[in-house]
Amino acid sequence: MSATLLTRPGPDDAMMRRPVPVRLLVLLAGVAVLVLAAALSVAFGTRIVAWQDIVSAFTTSADGIAEAAVRQRVPRTVLAMLVGASLGVAGAVLQGLTRNPLADPMILGITPGASLAVVSGIAFFGLSTATGYIWVAIVGAALASAFVYTIGSLGRGGPTPLKLALSGAATTAAFTSLISAILLPRIDVMNVFRFWQVGGVGGASYSRIGQVLPFLVVGALLCLVCVRGLNTLALGDDLARGLGERVMVTRIVAFLGAVTLCGAATAVAGPIAFVGLVVPHVCRLLVGVDHRWLLASAGLLGAILLTVADVVGRIVARPSEIDVGIVTAIIGAPFFIYVVRRQKVRAL
Amino acid sequence: MSVGAIAAGRSRRLAKRRTVIGALVVAVIGMYAVTLMVGQTFYSPGDVARVIAGQTVPGASFTVGELRLPRATLAILTGIAFALGGATFQTMLRNPLASPDIIGISHGASAAAVFAITVLTVSGAAVSFVAIVASLATAMAIYVLSFRDGVVGTRLILIGIGIAAMLQSVVSYLLIRASTWDLQVAMRWITGSINGASWSLALPLVCAVVVLGGILLAHSRQLELLQLGDESASALGVRVERTRLVVIVAAVGLIAFATAAAGPIAFVAFLSGPIAARLVGPTGSVLVPAALVGALLVLTADLLGQFAFGTRYPVGVITGVLGAPYLVYLLIRTNRAGGSL
Repeated sequence: MSATLLTRPGPDDAMMRRPVPVRLLVLLAGVAVLVLAAALSVAFGTRIVAWQDIVSAFTTSADGIAEAAVRQRVPRTVLAMLVGASLGVAGAVLQGLTRNPLADPMILGITPGASLAVVSGIAFFGLSTATGYIWVAIVGAALASAFVYTIGSLGRGGPTPLKLALSGAATTAAFTSLISAILLPRIDVMNVFRFWQVGGVGGASYSRIGQVLPFLVVGALLCLVCVRGLNTLALGDDLARGLGERVMVTRIVAFLGAVTLCGAATAVAGPIAFVGLVVPHVCRLLVGVDHRWLLASAGLLGAILLTVADVVGRIVARPSEIDVGIVTAIIGAPFFIYVVRRQKVRAL
Repeated sequence: MSVGAIAAGRSRRLAKRRTVIGALVVAVIGMYAVTLMVGQTFYSPGDVARVIAGQTVPGASFTVGELRLPRATLAILTGIAFALGGATFQTMLRNPLASPDIIGISHGASAAAVFAITVLTVSGAAVSFVAIVASLATAMAIYVLSFRDGVVGTRLILIGIGIAAMLQSVVSYLLIRASTWDLQVAMRWITGSINGASWSLALPLVCAVVVLGGILLAHSRQLELLQLGDESASALGVRVERTRLVVIVAAVGLIAFATAAAGPIAFVAFLSGPIAARLVGPTGSVLVPAALVGALLVLTADLLGQFAFGTRYPVGVITGVLGAPYLVYLLIRTNRAGGSL
């Protein structure tokens, strides 16, 4: 396949066969770090709260400002963990599915698709309920990513990373123009949309979590069903077919799962870039390429990353906050560049 | 094939090129004239000519002289600047998708300008200055980051896409901080608009187009040779690194000045080169026809945006919506052909 410009360097044999105890240890360490991150997320924020207030927020029904602030941070932390885990898992599934190291919800045009769908929904159909946002975002995400993938896989060599990234960037540019065409004459919609667009978990509440949770569960289940199939797909389509794998079915189910996760996460927290890209790469280094372990660790690491990014965003810009979508983009873009630089690139 | 047949084919292609360029020039002038005449009130060509000649015509002196003339002129200038910059990048990287609005250079200008508008609360020339510095810095950063035993086109494009995503999030962040008043100014700015056209806005762009555009045209021969690959080009007497540096700086400068004056008008840099190449066929440099196509695109899109719909859209929305399907088409065609992708 001479047309493949970027080739993923094969993981070392040692890495593929990470012994189970090591992987377990990694997962346990992940859980510990996640708990720590959650504790930090509850303890630190724009308002500086004393330790005794944090304790009393949970143990007593005291109603001071400090306690109220701490109680506000709990759903926010939960939402950050859920969204991060969804994006991490979705990224891992998409990278396995497309066998493409640069696959990421943002690069594949999933999040711009969701954005365009939500904007059209708000502007033309008076969409205002949270569940409505979620449905519309998922449909938009599915259409957009199918479109990007189809265009990116035309021609010789199938969906190479460069072709996918270019068709994603081009589609994103096109969608952005359409979004501004819809927004510019409607200042009220623009005002609603700009807050949604940034990507944040600041407005979290238990009811919002409740609305999005069913979608996340369904998406996660769809991804889990395909775990073995994804491992077989990694051997290449022909070999997978020879081993009795129904390649198309696995692809479609896994794709639907990933899109549901991304679409729902995007609907509730706005577009959040690069989590789906960074997390699977780090996880592959930690636990190897077996998707059973990969998905579990990607979920954990995604949750950790987003929670920590949220805490960082709250602390660095005191007394204001930086939304988590911006923090992840600032962390993630250099990582993307690093991945690109590491790839073997054939000269044009 | 005999020498005569080759010569005949060559002169036929050159004749076609001349015809196409001539037609484009006529179309640009015609569109310019229409833009000056048409509007809320219609002025006859005679009135317009008298205003341009410096006579005072009641009504028309202000509408045409102060509003339409700078606007149409700015449209032509930004069109030329974006098209030249974009076509240069596309030629140099040998990829029609490698235009500045995809690989992050325009994003650098946008992020800086929105920062200037919303945080520094400056306007006018200061915004332009910040945007120009920022796009040069962005281009430099992309070039340095993609340098590893030389710059490979694909790596530069991918890294540009990454930088663009990062800058995009900076823009979103700044927008969410913005007050509602600044928001609309900033939104219009990012979309690309020549609504605020004035002579003071057009003047720096005139200088940029003359100087930097002149530099690019002077290097168009070397640019073509660079397409053959670095080694062949240097064997043919091109000083590769020096040429590349000069050309990149000139192209980014053009993009930056145009962005500073009108915002990053979507897809003009991206579309003009391929359309021009389609029109003139494979002869000679694509720069001159691309510049004409760019001017025509911006003029037409601005006229459409002003009067074709119920609301007045800024020109960038029109070029964006028109450009998007073409972009997808181009992508499909390039992928089908196998091409260099």
